[in-house]
Amino acid sequence: MNTMRTTPVGTGAPVGTGSGQEVTGLARINGPLVVVEGVGGVGYDDVVDVEGPDGDIRRGRVLEAGENLAVIEVFSGTSGLSVGDTKVRFLGRPMQVPVAEEMLGRVFDGLGNPIDGQPDPLAEDWADINGQPVNPTARLYPQDTIRTGISAIDGMNTLVLGQKLPIFSGNGLPHDQIAAQIVRQSGLLTRGDSNIGAAQFAIVFAALGVKHDVADFFRDSFSSAGSLARVAMFLNLADDPAIERVVTPKVALTLAEFLAFGRGMHVLVVLTDMTNYCEALRQVSSARGEIPGRKGYPGYLYSELASMYERTGRLQGREGSITQLPILTMPNDDITHPVPDLTGYITEGQIVLSRELFQQGIYPPVSVLPSLSRLMKDSIGEGFTRRDHPHVASQLYAAYAAAQNARSLASVIGEEELGVVDQAYLKFGTTFERDFVGQGPRENRSVEETLDRAWQALSTLPRSELTRVRDDEIDAFLGHGFSRSEAGRSEAGRSEAGRSEAGVQKDAVSGRAW
Amino acid sequence: MIGTEVDLQRVGDLTWVNGPVVRARGSSRIKMYEVVQVGPEHLVGEVIGLDHQMITIQVYEETSGLRPGTAVYGTGALLSVELGPGLMSSIFDGIQRPLPVMERRSGPWIGRGIQLTPLYRKREWHFKPSVRVGDAVVGGAVLGMVPETPLVAHKVMVPPALSGRLSQLAPEGNYTLEDEIAVITDDRGDHSITMLQRWPVRNPRPYRSRLRPTELLVTGQRVLDTFFPLAKGGTAAIPGGFGAGKTVLQHQVAKWSDADVIIYVGCGERGNEMSDVLRQFPELRDPASGRPLMERTILIANTSNMPVAAREASIYTGVTLAEYYRDMGYDVAMMADSTSRWAEALREISGRLEEMPAEEGFPAYLPARLAEFYERAGRVTTLGGDRGSVSLIGAVSPPGGDFSEPVTQHTRRFVRCFWALDKDLASERHFPAVNWLRSYSQYVDDLSPWWTDSNAPEWHELRERALEILQREDHLRQIVQLIGADALPDDQRLVLETARLLREGVLQQSALDDVDAYTTIDKQVGMLRLVLAFHDHGSRLISKGCPVTLVRDLPAVERIVRIKQMVPNEAVSQLAMIGQALTAQMTELERRYS
Repeated sequence: MNTMRTTPVGTGAPVGTGSGQEVTGLARINGPLVVVEGVGGVGYDDVVDVEGPDGDIRRGRVLEAGENLAVIEVFSGTSGLSVGDTKVRFLGRPMQVPVAEEMLGRVFDGLGNPIDGQPDPLAEDWADINGQPVNPTARLYPQDTIRTGISAIDGMNTLVLGQKLPIFSGNGLPHDQIAAQIVRQSGLLTRGDSNIGAAQFAIVFAALGVKHDVADFFRDSFSSAGSLARVAMFLNLADDPAIERVVTPKVALTLAEFLAFGRGMHVLVVLTDMTNYCEALRQVSSARGEIPGRKGYPGYLYSELASMYERTGRLQGREGSITQLPILTMPNDDITHPVPDLTGYITEGQIVLSRELFQQGIYPPVSVLPSLSRLMKDSIGEGFTRRDHPHVASQLYAAYAAAQNARSLASVIGEEELGVVDQAYLKFGTTFERDFVGQGPRENRSVEETLDRAWQALSTLPRSELTRVRDDEIDAFLGHGFSRSEAGRSEAGRSEAGRSEAGVQKDAVSGRAW
Repeated sequence: MIGTEVDLQRVGDLTWVNGPVVRARGSSRIKMYEVVQVGPEHLVGEVIGLDHQMITIQVYEETSGLRPGTAVYGTGALLSVELGPGLMSSIFDGIQRPLPVMERRSGPWIGRGIQLTPLYRKREWHFKPSVRVGDAVVGGAVLGMVPETPLVAHKVMVPPALSGRLSQLAPEGNYTLEDEIAVITDDRGDHSITMLQRWPVRNPRPYRSRLRPTELLVTGQRVLDTFFPLAKGGTAAIPGGFGAGKTVLQHQVAKWSDADVIIYVGCGERGNEMSDVLRQFPELRDPASGRPLMERTILIANTSNMPVAAREASIYTGVTLAEYYRDMGYDVAMMADSTSRWAEALREISGRLEEMPAEEGFPAYLPARLAEFYERAGRVTTLGGDRGSVSLIGAVSPPGGDFSEPVTQHTRRFVRCFWALDKDLASERHFPAVNWLRSYSQYVDDLSPWWTDSNAPEWHELRERALEILQREDHLRQIVQLIGADALPDDQRLVLETARLLREGVLQQSALDDVDAYTTIDKQVGMLRLVLAFHDHGSRLISKGCPVTLVRDLPAVERIVRIKQMVPNEAVSQLAMIGQALTAQMTELERRYS
């Protein structure tokens, strides 16, 4: 156990009313919960220090406040606490953490205490970890396209600055590599009226119950991209106290909000793995004896997840933004499991990974049919990416769905028995997966190249099947483009992409993102 | 409504806090569903349980930091909304606090304990009386008109419970909401009337009688109007898993339907969706009048990160505003996105009260609450003698997309239109992803006369035939999955071909395409006629031995699929030309095979 943990967060934090109330002795200990009796006027959601018999101080939070009683969750667990000798000190305020620009480049534990051996950052401000809901009228609708250099995302599930776009993955799938590639390659596509290039970029990374290797992988990845100084890492690893995970994403998002809306930065928040967060919440809920919803998760899981995912976006009249890239593993690859299900209802789309594609050796194994970006519709096409983009994307979806049908038919009656059109769809499916979806982990494609590859794949189909693209787009883009753009544009790098005469709008990347 | 103008009385002391549910001990005179203020910050709450001295309260704001021992104040009023000019074009939270005003007060984040009046008091409105002093008036009678927005004339009405003789009436002129504009005298004395009135949200507003829903709510969405029509005053549910397109479909109906007034309730959904509406509606034009759509719209936004109890209230706030405009004689359509979040709010509150749960943790009174809500829809004769309607369209978000869950199942019992969204269609980006085999409308027979009056007497028959072809296609597709389409006989392959035209040409509709986003009734029927004419003529050709591939590859056939985008609503006569070309090409084929 890390010794830094015994230093409670925010010893210098401002103090609320009713502070200093201290009680010795607990009424009950139940899993991660302790119940204290004989206290009065304890605030709901207030933070407490629980001092065990060995003098070790643990952070906790009031979950229920009665006239004479308080139920407290102890983040680092109740192991070693005794009913008789434990002291509980009520600090009289909700949990606050220090926030500062100098927290970038640092590593913290799940409660926000530094664990990189350096001194505490100098707090520029103290912020309530729960944040406050953004007034919907104050939001700025996100419309600035981020180019990730990954065709399956840029072409069919475009990421937008200020979006929350989770990766739905499964155990053993390369979600970490994809997230790292997005972080490494992302750049903003400039629009005429956009002055986004001026702002700074920052990354807030929160590990929720993942293994040390995963945290190291991300650290190395940030380091090799030269962005380590722009990253704040909050680590609650697999062997850290599980209940602490309930606050780690909130601590991380509190810093992200400060950087974005207090300091005008564009912040990318990577949270991995949200399934572990939900399990910690379930553990607390079951210890409290609450009536469970689906699969034992509490009925308020939706509200809890929303209170974090909604801390994303842009505000009118403010420079910065928060873009969230949460990663969650679907238990048993089941997308209807409550965690991915509720997440999908809150986030603005999802990138779903497929075990089948992964086993075929296709990277990134993005299953495009169930994937979705809800903000894409207003951020692509003429003036944003290229005029054919919306229709091409739609055509790819339709064609790939048809290819899947042709495949299942071929598996029954055999490929030779298929009609001409279905044969063409089989070919399309393979080309699409191999040349469009598939790419190298360091391959950074321009949007133009992505779209040209899309047309290349569509050229395997008879023209009469292309009902979702316009005739003039077929004339302009079908059958030329890919071979030309293939030359010299696949290099990994963030060079200004060239323009072709074929009606390309802009693919200039303004400043690197993360 | 939040008790800004009422006397506050300390009615009890807080004893217990658990998230949005708190308990207090105090006065036994406090009423069920009375609005209270809790703690030193005066957080707004509502009494939801009384047991001897124990008062159970749901709090509409974040309760972090609230402590037992602090005061609870009663306001004496039930949870109510303010009614009067100034509602239109507004955006409120779930308990009718104006969000733009709140933004000016507390910045981009929603602070706590902010007391705001829903309607701006100082603005003067131009009132023009339509009755005379001495007239006998009854509840709901119109006293005069106020031009609220260029699209909506606000009718100032006598409060429902009041009737008597008009003893004073203000002359035409400018008045604020609180100025007296009339005095009504009955046997109890004089009653002062202002343009500002209140109504408790949990009580339906009264009307004189119910009417049958016999008019189509024209939405311009082909799969809805043509196949699963909703009548004005009707109820519809849109169930669908995430990503199936519930919100886009709700937005489309809000944008294009021919209702006079739109109430859009964003209940527990995404903040950016509301900002999308706020961005689009002021720019989008009403197809009939050319005015900005915002001028006929009221938005209620209680997004998923806003307090859960206010989410529960937002639905009632919305439907009460809808009824108020109905009482003026307007056709109102209210969208609730999503009623599942509302039901979950009920569940969360119920769980914190430790009530015995019924299915999946939902309280046993869930079906009763759903029924009460949907019964507030209807086409009525108002107290004032006008005709008005409230249509309710509720999105449902079933967990895992599974329609057998309680909210979907109970909603089905109380709505008459079921627009089932389908994940597979959405994956193919077939939008709107309304599944034509699982959806239904019970208004079809009620609406047949309306279609006849709208120059489409054969609508009923066209619709049935199209649905039958789609049904046969579904059956054939199961066979195709086993043996391939090429192995089918030509007449069955023609069914597949016609169904493809129906799916791609008629059912699929792009919300983003300028021409395709809205289709007039004339064009809808015209498109359906063309596809079925193709099918009839094609069947004849095939019975004469013409191969289906020749029929399918006629140049006119591909044009049918592109009509939706290529033929503007105003140029519906072009359909006849396409039809003639099709007939000519098919007749030419027929000549070769007879």
